Amino acid sequence: MSAPATRQSLPIASDLGKNIDYELFMDCVHCGLCLGSCPTYVETGNENDSPRGRIYLWRAIADGRAPFSPEAEKHMNGCLECMACETACPSGVQYRHVIHSFKNDQARTRGPAPMLGWLQRAMLFGLTPHRGRMGWALFPVKLMQRLGLGWAVRLSGYLMPGFLRRMQEIVPDLAPYHNLPEFLPAIGPKRATVGLLLGCAADAFHPQINLATARVLQHNGCDVHTPRSQACCGALHKHAGLDDDAARLAAGNCDSFAAVPGGLAGLDAIISNAGGCSPVLKDYGHILEGHDAAGPGAVFGGKVRDIHEFLAELGPVKPRHKVSLKATYHDACGLAHAQKIRSAPRQVLAMVDGLSLVPLAENEHCCGAAGSYNITQPEMSAALGQRKSGNIAATGASAALTGNVGCLLQIDRHMRDRSPRVWVGHPVQILDAAYTGEKPFGLNVAIS
Amino acid sequence: MTVAAIEPSVVENLVRRLTGIVGPDGLINSQAELLVYECDGYTLEKNRPDVVVFPTATEQVVEIVKLCREMRVPFLPRGSGTSLAGGCLPVGGGVIISLARMKRILEIDLRNRFALVEAGVINMWLTNRIKSEGWHYAPDPSSQGACTIGGNVATNSGGPHTLKYGVTVNHVMGVEIVMPDGTVQTLGGPVEDGPGLDLTGVVVGSEGTFGVVTKAWVRLVRNPESVRTLLGVFESVDDATAAISAIIGAGIVPAALEMLDSLILKAVEEAFSFGFPLDAGAVLIMEVDGLDAGLGEEAARIEKLAKANRAREVRRANTEAERLLLWKCRKQAFGAVGRLAPSYCTQDGVVPRTALPEMLRSITAIGDRHKIRIANVFHAGDGNLHPILLFDERDPDQLRRVMEASHEILDECLRLGGSVTGEHGIGVEKIDFMAKLFSPDDLAAMRRVRQAFNPDGLCSPDKMLPTAGACAEAGRHKQVKPGRRAAL
Repeated sequence: MSAPATRQSLPIASDLGKNIDYELFMDCVHCGLCLGSCPTYVETGNENDSPRGRIYLWRAIADGRAPFSPEAEKHMNGCLECMACETACPSGVQYRHVIHSFKNDQARTRGPAPMLGWLQRAMLFGLTPHRGRMGWALFPVKLMQRLGLGWAVRLSGYLMPGFLRRMQEIVPDLAPYHNLPEFLPAIGPKRATVGLLLGCAADAFHPQINLATARVLQHNGCDVHTPRSQACCGALHKHAGLDDDAARLAAGNCDSFAAVPGGLAGLDAIISNAGGCSPVLKDYGHILEGHDAAGPGAVFGGKVRDIHEFLAELGPVKPRHKVSLKATYHDACGLAHAQKIRSAPRQVLAMVDGLSLVPLAENEHCCGAAGSYNITQPEMSAALGQRKSGNIAATGASAALTGNVGCLLQIDRHMRDRSPRVWVGHPVQILDAAYTGEKPFGLNVAIS
Repeated sequence: MTVAAIEPSVVENLVRRLTGIVGPDGLINSQAELLVYECDGYTLEKNRPDVVVFPTATEQVVEIVKLCREMRVPFLPRGSGTSLAGGCLPVGGGVIISLARMKRILEIDLRNRFALVEAGVINMWLTNRIKSEGWHYAPDPSSQGACTIGGNVATNSGGPHTLKYGVTVNHVMGVEIVMPDGTVQTLGGPVEDGPGLDLTGVVVGSEGTFGVVTKAWVRLVRNPESVRTLLGVFESVDDATAAISAIIGAGIVPAALEMLDSLILKAVEEAFSFGFPLDAGAVLIMEVDGLDAGLGEEAARIEKLAKANRAREVRRANTEAERLLLWKCRKQAFGAVGRLAPSYCTQDGVVPRTALPEMLRSITAIGDRHKIRIANVFHAGDGNLHPILLFDERDPDQLRRVMEASHEILDECLRLGGSVTGEHGIGVEKIDFMAKLFSPDDLAAMRRVRQAFNPDGLCSPDKMLPTAGACAEAGRHKQVKPGRRAAL
């Protein structure tokens, strides 16, 4: 929409767009092959909402050809950072660095996530990345759910301001909290020693996924260390352009895992079950560049494995139980695009007898969760969530599986509107059921 | 016609009235946002439009076109902006009508083998929608993951598999078009072979100069029962091109016959790690499809012909995954050259197949003379060349040499009895060649046809057909094309 003459341009820093290696812009030859893969472009049809357009826009701002206008900021912030464009790009454009350079400059000149109000921002950075605080914040909801009053919580959402209601709507049915012991031994012959990352908000929303991950690892012959002092991976901060905060958290996690018996060197791998976190965890070497913890950061990053990736590399133990379920699999962007992990989750699920995995249309199209995107860009996020839930419903599957808790929350929230009988979960929950014979939380399924 | 810049007061009025048609979310006109629309896949020339408007229905397109006509403002349609010839360049500014929000697949009728789609449907989406039932849409340009069917109609797009199956015009049964006077015409339709003039055939390939196509009835094709894909590795481009002529000359109609030279192999190997031999002079991707019976023998004949033309080895794609990766390498080759140089200009020329060896030698000589690296990847089966000239757009001298080398290559195509475009279209890039390609009488006839559709020239001005008398002499393009001046 037009900018009336009276509208103020955003504060112009003369060094805007100068923190980027200019060659990264030049990698883009403007062919446009990324357009069809970009979820925001597919929604709006506006090339300003496409990867090619955003690169062009940011380059024009860096060149001083275009003002850093509210419109430009809107289009840049509309990016999901799903990296589907990197998958589509034949020229090898490193889009993640281009968008990150924008986020850095934005955080520097306008503060992180400037589209949010102070309360939202405080909740985003002060609450979500803290496992403990989230647990407490969710306690009243959990209590109501236990008392059979979950419906009252959902209803109360209508009394809340928009952003609080959206946050409330994303809360799933909460499972009992399992405080994982700091050490769990391998079951059967020992094959590896691993560290387990719990995540932050994920652990408060879906503690049963961490439990399932630990048990699946045990059943595959892994000693599992889960240091309690670990914190958020820093992805939230990194994507908001807050590099210092991300580095602080990264250094803290390096310390945490260095403190397990045997230290970092004693761990064969550090396991994450969150596809959104693992790309950042793997990048600790870069995040901590020039920092005291640079050395441990590189070691830590080199050991990080997504759970499916790790199992496929290790050669998974065949589970004993049969799980009779028709399911579909959504490729989390952090896995498929950022880490190119596509076959491993399907490969490990294929071991489960009785499970039939049906194809999902647009399986690599972002669901709109995209980290904190559902808070910062609620409209686009909802549009993509509805698109995803429609595609899932069309498969006729009774379960939708995805390897990232952020996607899981978003899909669960939209499936509740579309088709509430579809259970939304993590592949490790199905694996856990196949190893232990116990039903996953919330899923009524025949296991034999 | 050549259009002068539009007065700010006119633009203001235009925006106000367009907002009335499509609503405030249906257009953009801030300077930063318009910048993104100043060029398409052809970046040598740039010009900002005054407004980009995003209609969602034919009725809105009608209102937009009528308004432009009333206000005497030029307008042009745009799909995904993947044109390599500046087909979407808004010469002289005006209104870009983006069809990107008209993206519904309205009807699929497999029994009658057609689909009705809106112009903004991405080519690949149509195939994706019907592939589980064993069908596809045949024209498969390399940009099919992004380009729109409307854009394909405008440029009469080809693709690797159009050697056997025919280009876009062979697959479009009818179109709905908003004429430059704002009326809506339905040309052709879902029924085959209607009587009367083939106006659909006239509109396909008119590069948006006859009006705005809003819907198309397209033919759907059953997937072949079986496919054999071979990769021939040759020591030299000469040997590879000789093999092409031998295969076609033997009466074999391959589904596709594509050549990649050593420079392109390096780029795609870096991008996709297929396992191409990097010391080869050229490779040919040779594909045959059809009924399973007899296909093995046909593949064996091709292998024999390739070897007779000094192929070092002939490999077979053993799995569907291998075949798809091979095609991905071919189709994304243009983009992959971004790994070789910061900018590139893809040329598009046609020569008779038998002239391919001579043409490729000329391309090498032209590249050497201008000190420009040129990579070759092309639809060898129909003699459609795509030399890719590598350069850095920040260096004006390289830019000049690229332009000169491009023109010499195209002149050479003409000299060998070919043409200056196989599928990318004329756009703004090749408008000066029209006078070399056609006689004044030919051009006058084409202009009369355009006039019948687009009498006042407001729809896609300065595209495809040179303005009468303006381009008769070479070298005058700098005066007639403001867009080109802006880029240089």
